[in-house]
Amino acid sequence: MMTNDTLKSRSNYPSGTVITGKWHKKQYRIRKKLGVGANGAVYLAESEAGPVALKIGASTASMASEANVLKSFAKAQGHSLGPSLLDADDWEPGAEPIPFYAMEYIHGPDLLSFVSEKGFAWAGVLVVQLLSDVHHLHEQGWIFGDLKPENLLVEVPSNRIRCIDPGGMTKIGRSVKEFTEFFDRGYWGLGPRKADPGYDLFSVAMVMINLAYQRRFTKKNNNGLLQLMAAVKQHPGLKKFEPVLRKALRGTYRSASEMRRELLGLLTQEKTADKRGYSGKGEPQKQKVRMSRVKKRKFRKLKKIFAGIAIIVIVSMLYWIYSFYIV
Amino acid sequence: MNAGTLKQILLITDGCSNQGGDPAAAAALAREEGITVNVIGVMERDIIDEKGAKEIQDIAMSGGGVSQIVYTRNLSQTVQMVTRRAMTQTIQGVVNRELKQILGDSASIEALPPEKRGDVLEVVDELGETVDLEILILVDTSASMKPKLPTVKEALLDLSLSLNARMGNNQFSVFVFPGKRTEVEKLLDWTPKLESLTSIFPKLQVGGITPTGPAIHEAIHYFGRKRQLRGLLPHDDERYFEESI
Repeated sequence: MMTNDTLKSRSNYPSGTVITGKWHKKQYRIRKKLGVGANGAVYLAESEAGPVALKIGASTASMASEANVLKSFAKAQGHSLGPSLLDADDWEPGAEPIPFYAMEYIHGPDLLSFVSEKGFAWAGVLVVQLLSDVHHLHEQGWIFGDLKPENLLVEVPSNRIRCIDPGGMTKIGRSVKEFTEFFDRGYWGLGPRKADPGYDLFSVAMVMINLAYQRRFTKKNNNGLLQLMAAVKQHPGLKKFEPVLRKALRGTYRSASEMRRELLGLLTQEKTADKRGYSGKGEPQKQKVRMSRVKKRKFRKLKKIFAGIAIIVIVSMLYWIYSFYIV
Repeated sequence: MNAGTLKQILLITDGCSNQGGDPAAAAALAREEGITVNVIGVMERDIIDEKGAKEIQDIAMSGGGVSQIVYTRNLSQTVQMVTRRAMTQTIQGVVNRELKQILGDSASIEALPPEKRGDVLEVVDELGETVDLEILILVDTSASMKPKLPTVKEALLDLSLSLNARMGNNQFSVFVFPGKRTEVEKLLDWTPKLESLTSIFPKLQVGGITPTGPAIHEAIHYFGRKRQLRGLLPHDDERYFEESI
């Protein structure tokens, strides 16, 4: 049966193919293939409402459970973790129906290419963004599961990180269904493959390591932590995140927001120490802007203090004159 | 719905059987006994030969299971994925049967409108998490498998890591073929943890023949023995799955 599945998901739908839903009768015209996942392929398609990302899969079950996850986010409203679900339907080009679903099309480069183009300086802030999304997801009782740079896009023009593949999302307390070895706590011998917030935070730390070492490496021996921390210390960009990465890899953080806070702390500290800058183009200028903003703020504070002192002096003088007058 | 026990045979091999009966026939027999047969074909860099690939697919098809051919280095992830898919497949089969009983003959998950599928899938997911699992692992130890055995060991340890994160109980058992004196040899009796493989596996000797069919027969037999022993104890919840598969 598996062989059937793989054959089907490998099948390519050329640009121009029109897909019509059996149940909701909506039409989609395929423009190009965006990528292939474990359970199917994602295409960019044109619909009445504009461009959408269309995931066409082989197994009804996996398509339905992914759509389920996307739907549960729609219910939970607001936060833009994953793409929103627009439609779920079957297409019947032959005897057998092919399940698919349509979701919001998120446009932008994937995380690895974004960071390799714009510089490692972006890694920290993007991971801080990611952690607040992860935190919201955890609060709703889910974990991302298969967190890796291929599943993360940086949306343009907002430069905001988004997750595009809901396939690995798992309810907290269950076993992790889908994972990639490099980002998997179990593979490195640093914890069970059970869905808890720590599982995601481990993957987040590995995402940072992957951004520094774009070529993923494999486990050398049984001491995964030692090997990973050695890699962290060797990389000039990663080194300053060492305390946060160590805690995430060891699983000592209780929540994503705790990790986010500490990472943010390191990033703001770094600003002054980092003026030597190994960072990407355009960055020093931005730092100047930020510096002057800080100065302005200080200046304003001083002004306030001066005004306060002046008022006190004037009032006391008035009082002094008044007391003379009475006498 | 009461969670019962799923039974699987996981066959790890790298080529054609050359002794004993047709392994696909043995797999069909297993299926009749309520045991799913999954097959993983492991290859080095070489191209898999047509005949071997076909046999691998045939065994899984008649065993009601899942098959996959992989490079040795991808083995860990494949082993756990194949096992999971086969579990989901079996559970879906059971759920579909239930749906037919409630909604009539044409009912299945596929026939439901997409909006209604979610709830059914939630049940399937829940069962996959809580059901008890018995996996008998059959490892081909013919001469050509020798360099792949360390990776097989790693993959099996990884499988137990994955499955033991579930809420349901697991029982694993490992057989190799050919054995030292016999066609098939038991390496590890039913156990919830596979860690003990670490000490046994390096000592394995490889042989020349590949008696895949007899190995599957022995596996079915071994499952049966377990059931007889169990039968002495009042243990009822297995029946559900056995009947419905």
